[in-house]
Amino acid sequence: MRNNGDFTNVAVKIERAVVSYREHVALRDVSLEIKKGEFLGIIGPNGAGKTTLLSLINGLGKLVQGNVWVLGHSISRGSVNGIRKRVGYVAQLQNIDPRMPITVREVVMVGRYGQLGLFRRPHKTDRTFVDKMLELVGMSHLANRPIGHLSGGEQQRVAIARALAQEPDMLLLDEPTASLDWRAQGELLELVRRIHESQNLTTMFVTHDLNALPDTCDRLVLMKEGKIWQQGQPEQVLKQDILSQLYDAPISIQEHEGRLVFLKAG
Amino acid sequence: MDLSIFGYQFMQNAILAAFLGGVACATVGVFVVLMGVSFIGVCLAHAAFAGALLGVLVGFNPMLGAFLFSLGTAAIIGPLASRGELNLDTSIGVLFSLMLGLAFIFMGLMPGPKTQMLSLLWGSILTVSRTDLIWLGIVAVAVVSIVVLFYKEIQAVIFNREIALAVGIPAGLIIYGILFLTGSTITVSLSPIGGLLIFSLIINPAAAAYQLTYSLKKMFLLSAVFGIVSGWIGLLASYLFSAPSGATIIVTSSLIFGVATLLSPKRKVKRWQAKDEPSRVL
Repeated sequence: MRNNGDFTNVAVKIERAVVSYREHVALRDVSLEIKKGEFLGIIGPNGAGKTTLLSLINGLGKLVQGNVWVLGHSISRGSVNGIRKRVGYVAQLQNIDPRMPITVREVVMVGRYGQLGLFRRPHKTDRTFVDKMLELVGMSHLANRPIGHLSGGEQQRVAIARALAQEPDMLLLDEPTASLDWRAQGELLELVRRIHESQNLTTMFVTHDLNALPDTCDRLVLMKEGKIWQQGQPEQVLKQDILSQLYDAPISIQEHEGRLVFLKAG
Repeated sequence: MDLSIFGYQFMQNAILAAFLGGVACATVGVFVVLMGVSFIGVCLAHAAFAGALLGVLVGFNPMLGAFLFSLGTAAIIGPLASRGELNLDTSIGVLFSLMLGLAFIFMGLMPGPKTQMLSLLWGSILTVSRTDLIWLGIVAVAVVSIVVLFYKEIQAVIFNREIALAVGIPAGLIIYGILFLTGSTITVSLSPIGGLLIFSLIINPAAAAYQLTYSLKKMFLLSAVFGIVSGWIGLLASYLFSAPSGATIIVTSSLIFGVATLLSPKRKVKRWQAKDEPSRVL
């Protein structure tokens, strides 16, 4: 089902979406519009519905009520496979069996598979593209290693390369820096920023960790108990009182070398 | 050593059955081992066994019964797990016990001698029929062709189902395809290899191959080779020591697994990591 409205500048439009799993309502009446090229940060405590919001956009969530349009197509019903091919998704670091027989290059190639479709084998151009993405995330030197042998930070870079191998219009990042060490976290955020700008993407970045929030966010959505609790530009919403209420915990903000640092106060 | 026995038709049939069964079971085994659902082999084998017994009891082709039961079970494992919000393993366990129960009920209801039933359990590769061979051939060719045709989708789903889904691969369809192949392989192997023995021919060659390579393609190839070799060496050993062929095939496949584990380069990596760990902690 296509929507006749004007979607020239809109990447995502969510109208009064309700998502529920069993008795638990994960999203309550959420409406949101995301412009093409926007870098949107989504923050909030655990269980606020952040991941569910992302899963609506790549068609993996179960919409009970409301409408969702992604890149001009309605995903409320009908085929979502077409949308998934245009949306890159990077989840938080997962446990990979170190003996899994798949190399880094092959993992990135998986990103091409959806586009290639059934019965078609990767062409030379696909391989060149995959190598280019590996280079972009700085993982070319590990291309032939088994994926399970990489460190957490390296695996997340590979996950980003895989998402980019889809040549997506949108990039969804769900806590991509969770369980990474400080350096890997910093490097990954820098990579995400660089890629957002160079690849002309619309990016959604979910995190519960305020210190893992990229400073390139154009807008922040604050989620709490399945609802969009507030939204605005970072400088409008990154305030001590707002954040303390959002997380139900006293949070203090300090500025350090031009960056905001969030601390649990008290 | 007098090997003239290999000139006989029944022995040639057995060699062919070991080849086809080895290829089919070992290929399916790669999915089962990598997706971490080893127990599915036991479950589907018992389902096929129960189905075949029902066929014997009621009087229709036992093979048809085996086919319907193993495919039916394969088809409900997934939905049962997601509907009941269970671990896949739990869902497999529930169905396994149900199938075992049904098999016992059908056995109990069966009058007269139970020789046909026991042959389904132990298999009889030396008396494999032409029909069995044809079916084994069809399934072995189907399994290999599907792996070749859908290699990239299978690789993606084995690696990570969610990621496969997220890049736009019909992951559910691929998983059901894999389950269908597993069920079919078990059904056609039931009479030549036997309900109890199929499991080891599915798991052991794939588990051995898993020890030796980081390439999925090589794993499929090695697994198939190990499957065939287990069958052939097992047959030879069975003849030399006058032992039951099914049992010698299992023991051979287990020995191959043992040797592969001992020689595994992956274990060396593990040892090195273990040695490296303390310094990292410090």
